Amino acid sequence: MTTPKELRAQGATPMVEMNNISISFGGIKAVDDVSVDLHPGEVVGLLGHNGAGKSTLIKVLSGAYKMDSGEIRINGNKVEITNPRDARSHNIETIYQTLALADNLDAASNLFLGREIVTATGLVNDAAMEAECRKIMGRLNPNFRKFNEPVSALSGGQRQSVAIARAVYFNAKILIMDEPTAALGPHETQMVAELIQQLKAQGIAIFLIDHDVHAVMELCDRASVMKNGQLVGTVDIDDVTDDDLLSMIILGKKPGQDTA
Amino acid sequence: MTDTTSQPITPQTKRNIFQQLELDVRLLGMIGAFIILCIGFNLVTDGRFLTPRNIFNLTIQTVSVAIMASGMVFVIVTRHIDLSVGALLATCSAVMAMTQTEFVPHVLGLGLNHPITWVVAVLVGLVTGTLIGAFHGWMVGYLTIPAFIVTLGGFLVWRNVAWYLTDGQTIGPLDSTFMMFGGINGTLGVSLSWILGIVATVLALLTLWNSRRAKLAHEFPVKPLWAEAVMAVIVSGAILGFVGILNAYEIPSRRLARLFEARGEVMPEGLTMGYGLPISVLILIAVAVVMTIVARRTRLGRYIFATGGNPDAAELSGINTRLLTVKIFAIMGFLCALSAVVASARLANHSNDIGTLDELRVIAAAVIGGTALSGGFGTIYGAILGALIMQSLQSGMAMVGVDAPFQNIVVGSVLVAAVFIDIVYRKRVGAK
Repeated sequence: MTTPKELRAQGATPMVEMNNISISFGGIKAVDDVSVDLHPGEVVGLLGHNGAGKSTLIKVLSGAYKMDSGEIRINGNKVEITNPRDARSHNIETIYQTLALADNLDAASNLFLGREIVTATGLVNDAAMEAECRKIMGRLNPNFRKFNEPVSALSGGQRQSVAIARAVYFNAKILIMDEPTAALGPHETQMVAELIQQLKAQGIAIFLIDHDVHAVMELCDRASVMKNGQLVGTVDIDDVTDDDLLSMIILGKKPGQDTA
Repeated sequence: MTDTTSQPITPQTKRNIFQQLELDVRLLGMIGAFIILCIGFNLVTDGRFLTPRNIFNLTIQTVSVAIMASGMVFVIVTRHIDLSVGALLATCSAVMAMTQTEFVPHVLGLGLNHPITWVVAVLVGLVTGTLIGAFHGWMVGYLTIPAFIVTLGGFLVWRNVAWYLTDGQTIGPLDSTFMMFGGINGTLGVSLSWILGIVATVLALLTLWNSRRAKLAHEFPVKPLWAEAVMAVIVSGAILGFVGILNAYEIPSRRLARLFEARGEVMPEGLTMGYGLPISVLILIAVAVVMTIVARRTRLGRYIFATGGNPDAAELSGINTRLLTVKIFAIMGFLCALSAVVASARLANHSNDIGTLDELRVIAAAVIGGTALSGGFGTIYGAILGALIMQSLQSGMAMVGVDAPFQNIVVGSVLVAAVFIDIVYRKRVGAK
């Protein structure tokens, strides 16, 4: 199998290209002419301070925000993503930082929200959805038990696993993970890391937003660093050190550039 | 995703009797309060409260508010409010009254009491209500004007549109077939009521059986058989008991004699006839069943509750929450129109003050019935039971002879107290 790095070297068409994306809110450019891309089986880390524009950038891809200018290409074809339904139809799945769970519904209802399994008569099939939910949770979080309680009754880690299950259940090809380990303990964080490796091996392309430089160094193939809405640069993880990444985040300088 | 590793289903131990029956404790509390209320009034009125006659009247008085309360559940669950339901009811009632007394008889030239009059009137009313509701929903969803403001405006607008349409006059008498929707003028009679009661019982038992089978098919835990049996007995008892009571209310012999005279027959000596189920109650039951199915078993219902629980999550899950708002208010408008049919038919005419203060009764019924104003929680049966409790309180006090101002003081206080008890209860059980 060709690695993402080889694919890039061959000049293959990326699975996702976001070209010259700009979006502003009330005169403030949250994302300013940023371009990133992603190959199958590749994990690209998005790094930057709070407010650097990482979440805004990926929300354009997931359909939550509409970009002011720029273009999105999937497998080389230009696509219009104006709402989350469009994104889902392109097999783009997102794990939001806020998890985006309806607290009053149970795990299965959240897992299938917007894509319910229905019976022949068009009614929602709760029993089938719960059975499917039990299957996937058995893989992701074998200790999960609270299937018949609203997700407000779940712990942070359990809620996170529901959000992750929702993203991976529907055969995602492109996965966006916005700080997936923020609410997790060390053991669960390790599980997420293993899951990312597993998904990567299946050829799923992943955008990973994370504050933890070490996690990015460990999990990602490349890293794109943003500062004040602009792209500082995209680097190959093999070519840089933790300190290089940190200086990109803090100083906004690419490695090799003079630090003035 | 082909891995079939499934979660082990742990049998839950240590469950009390209510959990074994899988009954909603909150619902039990409401039923308990309702029973205490009824028995209390019955004692004070020397047994006049719990007569078939009074139960019959109570039931038909509750229908109009209960129909709207079931729609209000959806509105409140999605964190909106509708202050215009009483006014909307008045407009729908006015439109229907004008249709059956002016449009069909004079404009279409079909005369009074033509067989198609009621059909046209009801259809025109339902379309009017649905369109006005959808318009409210469009302003809330797409123009993002708060529902409180849209419907506060609607409250003034539609109350006075009704006034304008009828010049403030009482319009009546209404079409004779149309009036059958009001309650006492349209009942099924004893035998048909029993047949319907038995059919309903069989359907209810089948539903219980099917849900158990569906759970077993997926190897989910089920209730012990004795608990299913107890539920079956309670459900059948409630349905058949209700039909029995309504059947026991006998048509007064003089009225019966007039009915026979009208048909040119002589009433047999000693004949008695029960009223049976009123058509308006059947409408309410149909609304309750359909709305419950919508709430629990359709995507629309799932999206309504998801949006109430977390509007952002619903939006990010690809739910078109704006269109959803239009649908919810359209349903509310439709149900207002349906209530208008029942309310004006019960009064036998359209009066200018029809539906006055109904918005408050409807909201109170939904809230007493456990609908959380913070959104995400509420049941249709709770709202209907809430409407029944409010109506019982009101007419019980009237029977006892409580002065009108005190009646409203009590109802208002009960509303606040009920919500407080609910807050305490939810904190105790740890729900949100």
